[in-house]
Parts: sequence; C-alpha cells; structure tokens
Amino acid sequence: MAEQNSPGGVTAGSIAVHERGVPLAGPGTGRKTPDARPPAIESRDVDDFAPVAGREEDWRFTPVKAIRGLLDGTAIADGDISIAWDAPDGVTITRVGADDKRIGSAALPADRAAAVALAKSEGALLISIPADLVVDKAITVSVKGSGGTAYGHLVIDVAHGARATVVLDHAGSGTFSAGVEAVVGDSAHLTLISLQDWEDGSTHLGQHSALVGRDASFKAAHVTLGGSVVRLTPRVRYSGPGGDAELLGLYFADEGQHLEHRTLIDHQAAHCKSRVTYKGALQGKSARTVWIGDVVIGAEAIGTDTYELNRNLLLSDGARADSVPNLEILTGEVIGAGHASTTGRFDDDQLFYLQSRGIPADDARRMVVRAFFAEVIQKIGLPDLEERLLAAVDAELAGASA
Amino acid sequence: MATLEIRDLHVSVNVPSGETQEILRGVDLTVKQGETHAIMGPNGSGKSTLAYSIAGHPKYTVTSGEVLLDGEDVLAMKVDERARAGLFLAMQYPVEVPGVSVSNFLRTAATAIRGEAPKLRLWVKEMKEAMAELHMDPTFAERNVNEGFSGGEKKRHEILQLELLKPKIAILDETDSGLDVDALRVVSQGVNRVREAGTTGTLLITHYTRILRYIQPDYVHVFVGGRIVEEGGPELADRLEAEGYERYVAGAGPAVAAEAVVGESPAP
Repeated sequence: MAEQNSPGGVTAGSIAVHERGVPLAGPGTGRKTPDARPPAIESRDVDDFAPVAGREEDWRFTPVKAIRGLLDGTAIADGDISIAWDAPDGVTITRVGADDKRIGSAALPADRAAAVALAKSEGALLISIPADLVVDKAITVSVKGSGGTAYGHLVIDVAHGARATVVLDHAGSGTFSAGVEAVVGDSAHLTLISLQDWEDGSTHLGQHSALVGRDASFKAAHVTLGGSVVRLTPRVRYSGPGGDAELLGLYFADEGQHLEHRTLIDHQAAHCKSRVTYKGALQGKSARTVWIGDVVIGAEAIGTDTYELNRNLLLSDGARADSVPNLEILTGEVIGAGHASTTGRFDDDQLFYLQSRGIPADDARRMVVRAFFAEVIQKIGLPDLEERLLAAVDAELAGASA
Repeated sequence: MATLEIRDLHVSVNVPSGETQEILRGVDLTVKQGETHAIMGPNGSGKSTLAYSIAGHPKYTVTSGEVLLDGEDVLAMKVDERARAGLFLAMQYPVEVPGVSVSNFLRTAATAIRGEAPKLRLWVKEMKEAMAELHMDPTFAERNVNEGFSGGEKKRHEILQLELLKPKIAILDETDSGLDVDALRVVSQGVNRVREAGTTGTLLITHYTRILRYIQPDYVHVFVGGRIVEEGGPELADRLEAEGYERYVAGAGPAVAAEAVVGESPAP
C-alpha cells in the first residue's frame, strides 16, 4: 500500500499549539486564526443553530441536500422503526419523558441535526447500570427500520464503579436521526459498540457523546458498513482527572455510500488519556468517506496524553476518502499529543505479488483488507463480534467486486 | 520431467506516450527440471521483461509466441494459476504488503500452492528451519511482508519462499543485486539447496557474473535487444566477465535504442 495522498485520498491536518500567554494566532498576532470555526455551540434549542447551507466547516463534506428534512425538522416522524433490547440482571432499561434530568447530562446537541433529533425524540430510552455492578453480558439494543423517518434518544447511565458493554445494532431501512449519550461514573467503565449495517438508501445521523468520570474509562467502536448517508459524531469530554477514552472506528464504503465520522475529544480535565483509531476501506465509484478528528487540549488539561490515527485503503479508482485531523493545544504541559493520517491504495503490484505466490485475486484482496482492519477489530476486544465483523467485511468485499 | 518451453516469444509494453513498444523480439528457450540456466545481458536488454512476462504481470502484453509448462499453455493461465502450476519468480524488487505478516503470507501461499493447508505444528517447524538456514531472525515472521526490509532481507525472503514453495521452474530476477558478499553467499546457498533436490529448473537472470561464482550454471545465454544472441556453457560467463557486453550491443541495432526509452523499470 503506497502511503500517499493519491488521487481519491485527501488528507489535511493541523496542529495549533498555544502556550500560555503566547497566542500563536488570532487578533494582534498578525496571523490568521488556525481554526476558523465559529465558537462551539451546545444547546437544546434548534434556533440556536443557524440553518445549514452546506458550506459550513461542520457540514462541507456532507451531502446536506439528502438530509435537508433532518436539518430543518421538516422530516415527519412517520417511520416504522422497532427498538428491542434485553436487560441482564440488575440493569434497568426504561423509557423516560423529555423532561428527565438525565437527558442532556453528558452533552447537549452540538449541531442543528442533533438539536432537531432531540426536540423530536419525545423522551429517551434510558439504560441504568447501578453502582459497582459488573455486567458480563453485553446489553444489546437492536434498532430495526422498516422505512420512513424516526427520531430517538438513548441515555446510558453507568454509575460509579460499574462496568458494562452496550451494543447498538442498527439494521433495516429508513431515515434515523438519534442522539446517544453516556455518562460514565467515577471509576466506571463502558464499552459502547455502534453497528451501522443499514440497507441501501438508508440515512443515519447521530451525535454520540460521552462524559467520562474521574479515573473512569470509556471505549467506543463505530462500525459503519451499510447505509447511503451515515454521519456520526462521537464526542468525549471528561468530568474529572484520570479518565481514559478510546474511540475506534471501522467503515467500508461501496459505490454511492457516504460514510462520515467526526470525532471530538475535548480535554479540559488534567491527566486524561485518549486514543482515536479509525480505519476505512473504499471500493467502487463515488464511494465516499470522511473522517474529521478534532482534539482540543485546554489550558487546564495538563498531563494530557492523546493520539489519533486514521487510515484509509482505496480498493478501486473513483473513490474518495477525506481525512482531517485537527489538534489544538492550549497548554505546553502534555505527555503526548499526536496524529497520523494516511490514505493508501491496494495496487496492482501488491495484487501481482500475492497472486504470483499462488494466491487467487479474491483471496489476496481479502487477505489485505482483513489485515488492514485486524488492528481495529482486535482492539474492540469482543470475540463474538470479531468473527461477525470479519464476515461482514468479507461480505462487503464480495458484494463490491461482484 | 517438468519442462518450460518458450517459443518465439514477443512481448510489448505500453509506454507513457501511449504507444506500445516491443521489448521481447522472439525468445526461444527450454528449461528442464534439474537444469540451471543463466540469462545474462546488459541493462535494458529485456531480461526482467522475460521474467515478468512468464509470471504474467499485467503490464506486459504477449503479442506472439508461446510459453508451455509440461505442454500446458502458461499464457492462458492467470497469475495465480501459473504459480500453482509450478512457476516461481523471485523478484528484483519485491512489493510491500502492509498489514500482512510474513508468517500469514507464507502459510497462505503454501496452502495455495500445495492445495491444502500445511499442518500448523509441522509448518511452524518447517518455516523456522528454512529461516534459520537463511540466517533470518525468528522475529522476521511477525513483520509485515517486505515492509521496511533491507535489500538483503527482501532477497532472503524471496529465497525463503523459493525453498518453501518448491516450484518446478524458478526464475530468479537479479537476485544478486544489492547484496553484500555475506548475504550473496547465504542466498546462493539457499538456491543451491533447491537445485540439489533436483526437482526444480532454475532460470537465473543477472547482469553480473558475481552470483555465478556461487551458483554454477549448466547453460549461459546472452540476452541483448530482446532476444538470445549467443548460448554456451559456463565458459561463456567467464568470457562476458572479461569482455563485457559491448561486442553484442554494438550489433544489436535499433532494438537497444528503442528499448532505452522504456528502460528496465525498477518495479514493473
């Protein structure tokens, strides 16, 4: 795989470092502000967000025409989307009303689509894991669409010292805009897996926010394989020092798919750690992926240790992967802050080399793609899921080359 | 007895200007199991093109002639089918395959060539022994294929595959290039182990006679301007060592001039 920004793979990135009292950019420095975004807004109120034209930094990669109704709220919730779950012993899963205090406790909507989704969701599904409970079995929430539009909201409340794994399994067809928020209590752990295995023609938007407590850990894995337009924004914030967050992503875009993941790690507490590892494969004309990795390290967030990585593998011509890491550092006292972004190509010479050793072309391709994704799949750390994901990746390859 | 027959092979390549350029201009050669043939020629003579054409690289178009392995039409086979039929090409510039470990790659290749997966326990032993003979550290197996390998490591890895896959016909393209004396000896010993088994025919492509001090050919062919211009025994190599290729190149005519445009590209 040639590690280069070959046609079809687009990488941009920036690191802005502002030492205390020494602004590198902005008014009076004679330099342009490195991050020209408007100040981040978080609000329940849709009107606090300007209507989306499509050229905004947050939306410029997204096919906004295709999701217009989810941005302005004109998409009527006429959908038939079933949500099923099973709760292991000790775990409570209930519906709560829109006025429940736990809604918005991890984070408020940070873009217009998320605000519309929350406003339309009429309450939330609440998963509560009581203090110090260790739940061995994964808590599965299956979301299955049968056409139409639906909004939703899920709150996962992991009380202090508890440990749990939640698997969100999205399948079927439809248009789904839903927020997920997780409050991970002090010294607690949550693994959140979100699978997007929608049928063609489906749309899925979602802000997935986590608030990570003192000495708590949070691991999220977003696996996006199906759907015509999928745009997810996993966001992490820390409510105390010593937190650890790992965001994993795996996506495979075929012809006509737009798969977008925008991660944000907001380091404002001291001595927290974060790792972002996203890998994507693209095959087919007009297959499109976007990864935007924002990391902010605030002035108080001393001792921060962060690294983000995105790798894309282009399996055919005509696909395009955008990859933009942004690192903004407001303190000089970090342990580590880095990013890597590469877009490579599985080329004819690699195929020839493997084939010349007797390996059939399809097997060679599968071998390279499986190897490419292995790192992320292993990090997810759920053996049951591992096989399913490898099989899903194989199916993607088989489908795309058919 | 396995036999590779190359008859009147003509091969062209597309050049960046959009035209096609004929590189091989009627190659005739027969290699039998157990024999070692050296193909020697100056840069740009088409030696590597011959190697890659036999292996089936898509860059090259065979315009006429035939290649037969035990009477079977090699040119009608896909690249992987040629390998499974018993052809092996040790490349001058082996390709990096990120993310795929050497051990995974070797086992997958052995499974494909042998038609069944080698028993894991026996396979690990077989691989370790072969690596030890080539003076390769065991950690090598966990590295990604050719990624970050030194020139010597790449060549050892190619010969490791040769020893594990045991082809009927092995084509070694400039295996000596970029090797220091110690590495050349180790690699040559690997090739000689395969030759001594007597089941492989070897086609050794080289510019220099250096490797022939370690691997004694039965036949030497001088390759200039896309064809074989002289054939003989090992003594021919000694003469080339003393005289160089000038004698042949001068008489090769426009073929050489034309080919200089294409060159012997580093990675076809």
